[in-house]
Amino acid sequence: MNEHVPANKHVPVTDWFNDFDHTDPQWTENPFPIWDELRSKCPVVHTDRFLGVYLPTTYEAVKQIAYDTESFSSRRVVVRNVRPENPLPTPPITTDPPHHKPAKQLLLPPFTPDAMKKLEPRVRAICNELIDEFIKDGKVDAAASYTKHIPTRAIAHMLGIPEKDGDLFVKWIHEILELGITDNDTLIRAANEMTEYFEGHIEARKAHPTQDLISDLMNAKGPDGQPLSDAHVLGSLRLLLIAGIDTTWSAIGSSLWHLAKTPSDRKRLVAEPEIMPFAIEEFLRAYSPVTMAREVMKEATVSGCPVKPGNMVLLSFPAANRDPAMFPDADKVIIDRKENRHAAFGLGIHRCVGSNLARMEMTVALEEWLKRIPDFSLDPAGIVTWSEGTVRGPRQLPLLLG
Amino acid sequence: MPAKIRLRVDPDKCQGHSRCKALAPELFELDEFGNAHEIGDGTVPEALVEKAYLAKSNCPELAIDIIEE
Repeated sequence: MNEHVPANKHVPVTDWFNDFDHTDPQWTENPFPIWDELRSKCPVVHTDRFLGVYLPTTYEAVKQIAYDTESFSSRRVVVRNVRPENPLPTPPITTDPPHHKPAKQLLLPPFTPDAMKKLEPRVRAICNELIDEFIKDGKVDAAASYTKHIPTRAIAHMLGIPEKDGDLFVKWIHEILELGITDNDTLIRAANEMTEYFEGHIEARKAHPTQDLISDLMNAKGPDGQPLSDAHVLGSLRLLLIAGIDTTWSAIGSSLWHLAKTPSDRKRLVAEPEIMPFAIEEFLRAYSPVTMAREVMKEATVSGCPVKPGNMVLLSFPAANRDPAMFPDADKVIIDRKENRHAAFGLGIHRCVGSNLARMEMTVALEEWLKRIPDFSLDPAGIVTWSEGTVRGPRQLPLLLG
Repeated sequence: MPAKIRLRVDPDKCQGHSRCKALAPELFELDEFGNAHEIGDGTVPEALVEKAYLAKSNCPELAIDIIEE
């Protein structure tokens, strides 16, 4: 495989059924009508772009693929222009059975709801420190000054690395998840920088052990009873950093964006804070940030459509969550929706390890914001911009406060 | 309304989304990995029947069974 394919100039999509592209500006700006159109005609479409990719848009098709780990491997979880022979391992998200379960079980205990309760006061403090900095200005870019920093500082706190290094983490994630789709050199450089960064923290802990997630992983034993390899520890640390930041940044940002442009929902959440848990799940459903990928290993039939090895699958949990066959009024945001089996955190064995962390961060971020800034709206003088590719959320969110 | 209902979490299906625990903490508990199981023998007191069905209808993995006895 030639790993030095030049970054292709983007050719705008004119035929979404046969030539879709999840990096097209039309998709980035507003993907929902595209998915609705595709879903209404064909549950699984294909593009020759990115060396061949399928896109399921129904809940049923997405669920079947997520559950079928034999036909669909997780060894590549991002659709890109290149498919290097040895994709960067970030266990357990890139691990298939039978190795998946032991790798995942190592990471689960620190992320249970009870563990998150202990972290919650720190997250509340982070939110208020951030609000203090802009509340007097009367306006703010909430994506740059609020939503970005909450998950960044929270995961830094858990890992035991400096919260002030957050800008560096955000840069790496942008390089890996967005630029990396078409620019392999940038991705490899960012991944190497990240590895070196964590190697330094691991070395420091060998001399002076600490109580944090990095030390926990260094002390953890694999299924053979032996300590994890450095490569495994580094891979899981890369995963926690990559997966823990722009995902929740996006989810909090989309929620605030919705409330800024929907005064009735904003006023209702302020007046009836008890519906917050339902509102959080509905924001997760309607604006699911994360699209995963799978690699087709075996010929399979998905919702009547033949799927062939050599292709990737863009596993669109966000599109599944807008399927009217699964969710009545799927295109409407109903902040007290009672029945909501959304798949924002995935389905099956790869359920997001950080889902309880993400929910806690979203809840605390909205609660603290609404307590201090119950009245806000989109700034008509500004422009909302959205991230590209695997994770979708506002990257610029200009708001007027009060 | 049946006289008695019981619920059961299928441990092979549960993936630890913990939606049930959030919606009906009186009926579910989580293990060290965050996977859910029913408290006791899963008998649902009458006052919690609505919560039991709410939990079932929010499980993304369809892991919760409600048995009407």
